[in-house]
Amino acid sequence: MIELKNVTMKFGGVVAINNLSFKVSLGETFGLIGPNGAGKTTVFNIITGHYKPTNGKVFFKNEDITGKSPDYIVKLGIARTFQNIRLFGSMSVLENVLIGFHNHMDYSFFEALFRFPKFFKEEERFKKEALLILKILGLEKKANYKATSLSYGEQRKVEIARALATSPSLLLLDEPAAGMNPKESDELANILDIIKKEFDLTILLIEHDMKFVQKVCNRVLVLDYGKTIFEGKPSDMLKDEKVIKAYLGDFDVES
Amino acid sequence: MSAKKYFSLIALITVLYVAFLFLTNASLDFYTITVLSNIYIFVILAVSYNLINGVTGQFSLEPNGFVAIGAYVTALLILTPGEKLDAFTLAKPLDFIAAIHIGNPYLVLVISGVVSSLVALTLAFPVFRVRGDYLAIVTLGFGLIIRFILINNPQISNGSSGISGIDDFANYIMVGVVALITVILVYNIVYSKFGRAMKAVRDDEDAALAMGVNTMKIKTLAFVSSAFFEGMAGGLLASSIGSISPDQFSFMLTFQLLVIIVLGGLGSISGSIIATFLVMGGMEILRVLDDRNFEFLGLHGVPGLRMVVFSVLLIVIMIFARRGLLGDKEIWELKK
Repeated sequence: MIELKNVTMKFGGVVAINNLSFKVSLGETFGLIGPNGAGKTTVFNIITGHYKPTNGKVFFKNEDITGKSPDYIVKLGIARTFQNIRLFGSMSVLENVLIGFHNHMDYSFFEALFRFPKFFKEEERFKKEALLILKILGLEKKANYKATSLSYGEQRKVEIARALATSPSLLLLDEPAAGMNPKESDELANILDIIKKEFDLTILLIEHDMKFVQKVCNRVLVLDYGKTIFEGKPSDMLKDEKVIKAYLGDFDVES
Repeated sequence: MSAKKYFSLIALITVLYVAFLFLTNASLDFYTITVLSNIYIFVILAVSYNLINGVTGQFSLEPNGFVAIGAYVTALLILTPGEKLDAFTLAKPLDFIAAIHIGNPYLVLVISGVVSSLVALTLAFPVFRVRGDYLAIVTLGFGLIIRFILINNPQISNGSSGISGIDDFANYIMVGVVALITVILVYNIVYSKFGRAMKAVRDDEDAALAMGVNTMKIKTLAFVSSAFFEGMAGGLLASSIGSISPDQFSFMLTFQLLVIIVLGGLGSISGSIIATFLVMGGMEILRVLDDRNFEFLGLHGVPGLRMVVFSVLLIVIMIFARRGLLGDKEIWELKK
């Protein structure tokens, strides 16, 4: 599905990602774990085309997408959410989701300018689709609310809904459970399960909540200072010495 | 909004508004009609400037440049070759400048708009490489360049003397109808996927990119559309005033429009229209303050006093409505 090959990303002298390679297969839920500053979000930004890696290649469905423009990559079927929620503040929940349909709405500028029948048909059709997505996420009653007036957990869901509207086959979630209480994060895990089946998704997610990771991920990769220190099943991760070292520090004090 | 509802609403507004135009045209005196025509032209300018500056959130200071282009294109097209030889006092016009002539005013206006938007299209590539304050500086520079080109090329524009004797095809009814068409078209842009993408660019450009919006294309679209209407308004301005010179299209014009759209609320079409009436109408009403014969509480009018009073009023309004009169909402969305 998605493959990173020897990706290195340098910002000036700082090496954010160092020779990183991994592969996510179709239908997996893959977790990207690591302490703060390990380079996880940088990996996302490279996949989505916001950054061009210094070295290495990114493949999506066997197509080389290294350095392609973000809007092109979205069209190929990669959608993302942001770590710090970035909804469109002036718009309603529904409009936020409709932005995700931007490239699917099939009418031209002139058809919109002079209000051709096609304009009304397409708008109506995608409004229904948007409400359908909102319904799956349990937000259909909030469709006309201003997006930023919703609770934190709901805003995260709107971000996911918006990403789903671009009809992705790979969904990148940047700390979806951050700031959620245990009940909310349980609910989120269920929702991810539902949308994964409903929309045939492969999910790559960054998360710090280990309980959440154990619950939803098939496989995880642990990053530290831009390097892979562990790759495998989430249940084995917490037993791995290197992982413990990266998170808690080195306890091997001599004498 | 369904197609049926939309078209009946547009039909209703058009009928009422055109009736209003003919009624006022028949009943009001020449002075009021002239002021109103000028307001309608500024409605076109404010609504289209609001598209790039308010809806798309690109702090651009370009309208005076596009208005100037539109005004000069209209002047050069509508004047006959014979009239041009009279109008050009500083230098002989270039052969092709003297030769071009189109008699149909509507066609002339559309060409003025198209020329402006073509300039906007070429300008978009360098301009949208920069954001924020830098964008303001680059576009400000564009307005200055246009002005200096007009001043320093008398064989094209008759230099600083400008061009006079322009046919006054832009009567009250025509200006009013063009303003209505502009407002409807801008509304159609804003309430479509393109307008939604423009708002998305304003709210969060990176998030818009992540939604698959080609932000560069959307910004260019907003810029080019707004240049089209600004160019057309420039043509109307040239015709309704009858004479144009580079000094009419200085930064003050942009500044005036900026005051209007900020006062109305950045991003609000109806806000821009209301603010145009307030600012342009207010300036006319306050004109009495400049009159020495005016007396209020023992104080006499002084030339320039109206600007002082006007500025104070603006400050007071901005204190109480910090995001403009309507914020980024439209008047029909207010009760929500």
